[in-house]
Amino acid sequence: MREELIIAGFGGQGIMFTGTLLSQAAMIEGKFVTYFPSYGAEVRGGTANCCVTIDDTTIGSPVIINPDSLLILNKPSLDRFKPRLKKGGLLVLNSTLIEDEVKETDAKVVRLPATDIAERSGQIRVANIVALGKYLAIRKIVNQESVLQALEALLTGKKKELLGLNRKALITGYEYK
Amino acid sequence: MTTKRLMKGNEALGEGAIQAGCGAYFGYPITPQNELTEYMSRRMLEENRVFIQSESELAAINMVFGASVAGARAMTSSSSPGVSLKQEGLSYMAGCELPGLVVNVQRGGPGLGNISGSQADYFQAVKGGGHGDYHLIVLTPGSVQELYEMPALAFSLSEKYRTPAMILTDGILAQMQEPMEAVKIDTTRDENRDWILDGCKGRAPRKIRSLLMEEGALEAHNRHLQDKYNLIKTQEQRYQLINEQAEIMLVAYGISARVCYTAIQEANKKGAKLGLLRPLTVWPFPEKILQELALKVKAFLVVELNAGQMVEDVKLAVNGKTPVHFYGRAGGACVTPGEILKEIEKI
Amino acid sequence: MKKLFSKPESLTDTDHKYCPGCGHGIVHRLVAEVIDELGIREKTIGIAPVGCAVFAYDYWNFDVTEASHGRPPAVATGIKRFLPDRVVFTYQGDGDLAAIGMAETIHAANRGENITVIFINNAIYGMTTGQMAPTSLLGMKTTTSPFGRDPKLAGYPIRVGELLSTLEGTTFLARCAVDSAKHVLDAKKAIKKAFEVQLAGKGYSMVEILSQCPPNWKKSVPESLEYVRKEMMSYFPLGVIKDKTKA
Repeated sequence: MREELIIAGFGGQGIMFTGTLLSQAAMIEGKFVTYFPSYGAEVRGGTANCCVTIDDTTIGSPVIINPDSLLILNKPSLDRFKPRLKKGGLLVLNSTLIEDEVKETDAKVVRLPATDIAERSGQIRVANIVALGKYLAIRKIVNQESVLQALEALLTGKKKELLGLNRKALITGYEYK
Repeated sequence: MTTKRLMKGNEALGEGAIQAGCGAYFGYPITPQNELTEYMSRRMLEENRVFIQSESELAAINMVFGASVAGARAMTSSSSPGVSLKQEGLSYMAGCELPGLVVNVQRGGPGLGNISGSQADYFQAVKGGGHGDYHLIVLTPGSVQELYEMPALAFSLSEKYRTPAMILTDGILAQMQEPMEAVKIDTTRDENRDWILDGCKGRAPRKIRSLLMEEGALEAHNRHLQDKYNLIKTQEQRYQLINEQAEIMLVAYGISARVCYTAIQEANKKGAKLGLLRPLTVWPFPEKILQELALKVKAFLVVELNAGQMVEDVKLAVNGKTPVHFYGRAGGACVTPGEILKEIEKI
Repeated sequence: MKKLFSKPESLTDTDHKYCPGCGHGIVHRLVAEVIDELGIREKTIGIAPVGCAVFAYDYWNFDVTEASHGRPPAVATGIKRFLPDRVVFTYQGDGDLAAIGMAETIHAANRGENITVIFINNAIYGMTTGQMAPTSLLGMKTTTSPFGRDPKLAGYPIRVGELLSTLEGTTFLARCAVDSAKHVLDAKKAIKKAFEVQLAGKGYSMVEILSQCPPNWKKSVPESLEYVRKEMMSYFPLGVIKDKTKA
């Protein structure tokens, strides 16, 4: 089964890290995966997005035109990518920062206050990981265990101290009802 | 447990070059190839090899010239506007018969253009690029794995024929990540090194030059170069062929070949059979296989991220025997599988 | 019998194509003598420019490569970084070094590349038959400044040595001339010092040599020498411009 996901939000919300993390987890499971980041001129504050494609067979284009799923962390990204979502696709929204009027007939919409949840768990910066957890709880494209392994692979050196925080955020997202 | 690593195209290319024995790298910042220069700035020093961030692309290619003269596997990389600046040095290297590797991570043009992936520098890469009658050997990787493996091939062909080689890739392949296997790289070098300048101890002094003013000398030199290019043409055409039996054959390299591959997968679902000829060298151009395919297939569709460049070489090879169609998007836009399938319907 | 004079081993038997009175032949010989005296012929790699000295590789009896116009410092950088125990020098004219190749010149100097630059300043583009150079003096008539160099049109002659002296990366900079026996001997001393700086691994060295170009200056040889002494030297003073080895 092919899953095409676009992750989007503000620069600084960890969009690229989320995409790399999911890709790493898919690779750990021996799946085919491609990750393609937008690479705008601005470093912070602009919009950032990336495409992650996961499949059981060889992947051609890493560029996603009509995604199966969207993981959206801010309003401008919703406006930009919602029209491209496949009919009936999955839309996971960060409801802390987005007020939306998306109809259930267009997409399967999951609203989760990722930024609030992250703030309550002690670090606003992990809203991306909370949202990823929720997305994976619905689309079981990779196992939770693989994502935890991927976190260990990516958070090394000085970043190792962020491991606990990210693990907790992931599980909180998975368990959010 | 997999032995694969998730790697960015730019970095895989850098590591591949290092594994291939790159002894000197010279670079200048430009998007979307910065990760390659950054990667080399760390790894080359770790390996105790030469790294310089040069003052310009012009200086970088001339540093490659120097390191190559001294016998190094030397390399530089840039993106389209920067590669334009390297053309002077490439012409001199071709004239002086120096090996070396230039990477072009193509972006949209002309002018400053934009920073999106593109294939608009095909003409520049395969038709010479600088002044004078010459060709570069031009390799076109199609995955992060191939970005890792192709520098070794580029260095080896470049040394075998003593002519500069180019890896022609694009912003999408260079920026994307996918799992790759760090396979063992063959670093065997051509043994004929009787031309390098390392001091004349125990031998006669050597000179490296492309200036030939004596009566008939430059013409003779050009004849020699053309003999060499003809040999490369007969020996080194490389390609990948998918669904050989298909009636309609797509022709594409690099990122556009990957989009074609997705189009083929979608067509398969609907029962339609499409083929793909993916050149791995665009100079020498795989014209022999195209001539064979021209007698079998109903039509070719050439797909490029430009306004139609490689399609000219396809037409030359096919020589009117079979219709050749073109679909492309220019200015840093990427073609989509859906657009390709729509074009197929029109044929 | 004592041998008083012979051709340096570092020169070939090839006849020079330089014009009568030209300074290039003298400087080629000085470089060759210095290389012989330092015993470094077999580990020296020279870089010939584009300009009158483009055929330098025919005259020197050691490894020499060409470089495109203005790029010898970049080529030298590539060679020297890969083979740091060899002796690498560039031989450049004023157009090559101070016009089209100024960026390469400044950055090689600024990186403190351990190379030697021999810079022939004859205030004119010789090989292309007499156009204005970045070092042409004010008022100097050339084929592209027929009314004399006008600073409003063409700016001022560049004092390369002084310009480079502000860069932390430069070690030894000197300006010499080859208009008289005394100055020729001084020039040889400076060239030797420059190579010694490189051999000691002390960094970038450059010797600028004021030279005469009688045909393109439209002067006789004696008039040309007079022009070097009177006009060139008053704008481009001779002497050591910078010597960090003495600090």
